[in-house]
Amino acid sequence: MTTAVETDLLTVSDLTVDFAGVPAVRGVDLRLRRGETLGIVGESGSGKSVTSLAILGLLPGTAAVSGSVKLDGRELVGLPNKELSAIRGRKVAMVFQDPLSAFTPVYRIGDQIVEALRIHQDLDRAAARKRAAELLDLVGIPSPDRALDSFPHEFSGGMRQRAMIAMAIANDPDILLADEPTTALDVTIQAQVLDVLRTAQRETGAALVLVSHDLGVIAGMADRVAVMYAGRVVETAGVDELFARPQHPYTLGLIGAVPRLDTSGGPLVPIPGGPPSLAALPPGCPFAARCPLAEDRCRTVEPELLGRPDADGHLAACVRSAELAERAPAPSEVYPVPEVAPAVADTAVREDREPVLRVSGLTKTFPVLKGSVFKRKVGEVYAVDGVELDIRRGETLGLVGESGSGKSTTLFELLHLAKPEAGRIELLGQDTAQLDRASAHRLRSDIQIVFQDPMASLDPRMPISDIIAEPLLAQGAARELIARRVPELLRQVGLEPAHASRYPHQFSGGQRQRISIARALAVSPQLLVLDEPVSALDVSVQAGVLNLLQQLKAELGLAYLFVSHDLSVIRHLSDRVSVMYLGRTVEAGAVDAVFEQPRHPYTRALLSAVPLPDPAAERNRTRILLAGDPPSPTERRTGCPFRARCPVYAALPATRHARCETETPVLTEAAPGQDHTAACHYPEA
Amino acid sequence: MIRYLAKRLGYYAALLIVAIFLAYALSCTALGPRTYFEAKQPRPSAASVDRQLTALNINDHTPVVERFGKWSKDLVLHADLGRTIHNTSVNAEFGRRIVVSLRLLLIGSLLGMLLGVAGGAWSAVRQYRISDRTLTLVSFVLLSTPVFLLALLLKNGAIAAKDAVGHEVIPFTGYETPGLSGGIGAHLADWGLHLLLPTLSLALGGLAMYSRYQRGTMLDVLGSDYLRTAEAKGLTRNRALLKHGLRTAIIPMSTMFAYSFLGIFTGATFTESIFGWHGMGEWFIQAINEQDINSVVAVNLFAAVVVLASGFLADVLHAALDPRVRS
Repeated sequence: MTTAVETDLLTVSDLTVDFAGVPAVRGVDLRLRRGETLGIVGESGSGKSVTSLAILGLLPGTAAVSGSVKLDGRELVGLPNKELSAIRGRKVAMVFQDPLSAFTPVYRIGDQIVEALRIHQDLDRAAARKRAAELLDLVGIPSPDRALDSFPHEFSGGMRQRAMIAMAIANDPDILLADEPTTALDVTIQAQVLDVLRTAQRETGAALVLVSHDLGVIAGMADRVAVMYAGRVVETAGVDELFARPQHPYTLGLIGAVPRLDTSGGPLVPIPGGPPSLAALPPGCPFAARCPLAEDRCRTVEPELLGRPDADGHLAACVRSAELAERAPAPSEVYPVPEVAPAVADTAVREDREPVLRVSGLTKTFPVLKGSVFKRKVGEVYAVDGVELDIRRGETLGLVGESGSGKSTTLFELLHLAKPEAGRIELLGQDTAQLDRASAHRLRSDIQIVFQDPMASLDPRMPISDIIAEPLLAQGAARELIARRVPELLRQVGLEPAHASRYPHQFSGGQRQRISIARALAVSPQLLVLDEPVSALDVSVQAGVLNLLQQLKAELGLAYLFVSHDLSVIRHLSDRVSVMYLGRTVEAGAVDAVFEQPRHPYTRALLSAVPLPDPAAERNRTRILLAGDPPSPTERRTGCPFRARCPVYAALPATRHARCETETPVLTEAAPGQDHTAACHYPEA
Repeated sequence: MIRYLAKRLGYYAALLIVAIFLAYALSCTALGPRTYFEAKQPRPSAASVDRQLTALNINDHTPVVERFGKWSKDLVLHADLGRTIHNTSVNAEFGRRIVVSLRLLLIGSLLGMLLGVAGGAWSAVRQYRISDRTLTLVSFVLLSTPVFLLALLLKNGAIAAKDAVGHEVIPFTGYETPGLSGGIGAHLADWGLHLLLPTLSLALGGLAMYSRYQRGTMLDVLGSDYLRTAEAKGLTRNRALLKHGLRTAIIPMSTMFAYSFLGIFTGATFTESIFGWHGMGEWFIQAINEQDINSVVAVNLFAAVVVLASGFLADVLHAALDPRVRS
């Protein structure tokens, strides 16, 4: 042979997976070249994870796999387990989503990496251990020799995911399969881990298959992208091409449905409806029911994944893809965009609106107990340690912070309607420390909450009419009022009043979150606390719920305290934003001011860590990678608590360090009278 | 690890003292040795009854705390468990019977555990197959069979076999053949044969119970991410199951091993009576019938020590399997 032909490293063709007759993957074709990154994007149930597991034959025995997976020309489907074992970890290695549960809890990290090494390589223990330490060093784990002897529970989520990557690249594989590798992590940690993945890829030259629901992550990492819907690839193209000129209406809709960090306000473009059930797929295109471009022919034959010969591998499974390619419409030109009336906050000056919630100096500590029979206090967790909030009628305050920053504790302290440990909470002008039981009970109708998980926060044995009526009953509302109010509320949140007697499990995730919202609205509150209300929802569904929230705010003049780890959602929905770090408010102000001119170095790092669903912008933006994890909240540090990770502090001349080390910064205004405060000694540095 | 276990040991010692005191007080209030003496023919005088009771340290006119003080002083200083109601040494009886009972209890419970863990894990891996369903059925039948019935069935089986063949195939009374000659080997084989049926009657119940729990914990582990990780690194399924699966699945069982031991001890009471073993269980029933406080307390002491010792062993097992508890 004299001619070297660039062959694909991995070829998946017509892969199908059934679970007890219900299809999960329905004929997937993928190609992966050496060293490239293929992003697989899709919503829950689209079959993206099943596809990645099927490649390695890691699906449970109940799965029926057919089709072909060829690695370097060798067929993997139907290979006996023993031969597959020799390939797993050696040629193809995997990084899983949840680093919490992906390590065996009873073995040391080092032993698990050594095990991975010694399965495939002829190494003695000492050599394998040395190599494991090198691997941990490569993925940026400090003092790797000590880390080898740690147990998984002693590592933070980010550290575990780093160790997971170290284990995956232990045998220098040709392919890394990463299944939602950063979904369980905070944004700053996500940025670190993605960086480690890039390093790992560079060091090993491996091709990367990155499975994610996050278009931003895909845009920043992938060379080529495959979009999956209902168990099939509906579009595949180079990453720039795909984001710039999507040829499938679903891809277009996904791009339009994602709130973006670099633009604010306005309604999102939701994709109507929800993904179809794969157990009972209608004939024709599975997306037809949600597609604004659907025609009669879409409902008869399922379109094949095709592309024009000159399209450079851009394929789409849509009969109207040529038309989309030519017209290149914006998402809002294809999908109906709901009208959202201007909210109170947009029309009235802030100073003229009465305050709904004022919180100053809020503190909450938890004791750290030790001893099995006789508990004794050995320390304190400063969960909330100086939170300042200010919400006026008709506005949304976004509360941002990473896990452990004290967001949830703050919410629960507010909802207690009691005297806080320290500080002051004023709800609608009433100091909660002064409330007696009866007035606290009355006040409860003015503050209501919507929880994160719509599956867990609705009683599965109650019809939704009873669920929605419950807050009214608790406030002693008359029977006639309840009978009138329930259908009204259902209509308000976009559900059919006729479905009032159904049970929660008969609704989809997005609909369930609407039920939660209806329940919270039942007693006509003035302040709605939204605790990560859309983080459990798929992007296309999330857009609809966010639009609903905006619409309700405008109609009812509600104020929102919106807690989210997703900064793009905060930017999209909030009027003002408050950033928390280690239990304190470190920056607050009007959303545009904070997002465009962040003054606290933590806010700057947080914002720079958010990936944009736009490959060109994503490549060009500068990132500030924070070192390490947030410190433990069990000790109170003197000076600025962010100091240890602060890039500004690190860059300061030593003469100016003293202030950060000794003096705790307080929130100060950027300019007198301006709604933008930050707790940093050197906000302009 | 040593520190953790030392702490647990101290905790068990404290628990043991409390348990013994409660058992002592309960025996003293529930049993009436006075009536035993008063019922003697010819009826002894009240003073004589009192004298005998005081000599045995079971006089109900002496406060319980005072009697317990004397009893525990003798136990701690002289390792003396007192006298039986027939004025014989409790120690001697205790020494004879403990060998008999421990042999049965240890082998029976260990076998039950091993079979239960193996059966449960195997059943989980083969979930919903014929073999899994069969084991489930057998387990439920065994679980719903009381130990005494199971023991009787086994014994009747052995009798039927003897009748059919004409001579004893499997021994079903006592723990050794009286007057057996031969070397140590012959004695061991004889012991083994005699152990077979009583041990089975205890072990089968353990097998049934443990296998249900083990199946459950194993099923949890089978769906776990770390088992998938182990396979993704290139371990074969069986190695991954053994090394990463079974080990984690046994951890929650260790606590069960300890505290289900008491149930096995109770079961052994019946087993001993049915197979004619003169062990602790038989003694316990006999002592209660005779209002023999000191013997009842001695058996209680045995049970408490055995249960707490198995609790401690479970801690050792737990610490060995799960290094996280050691810190």
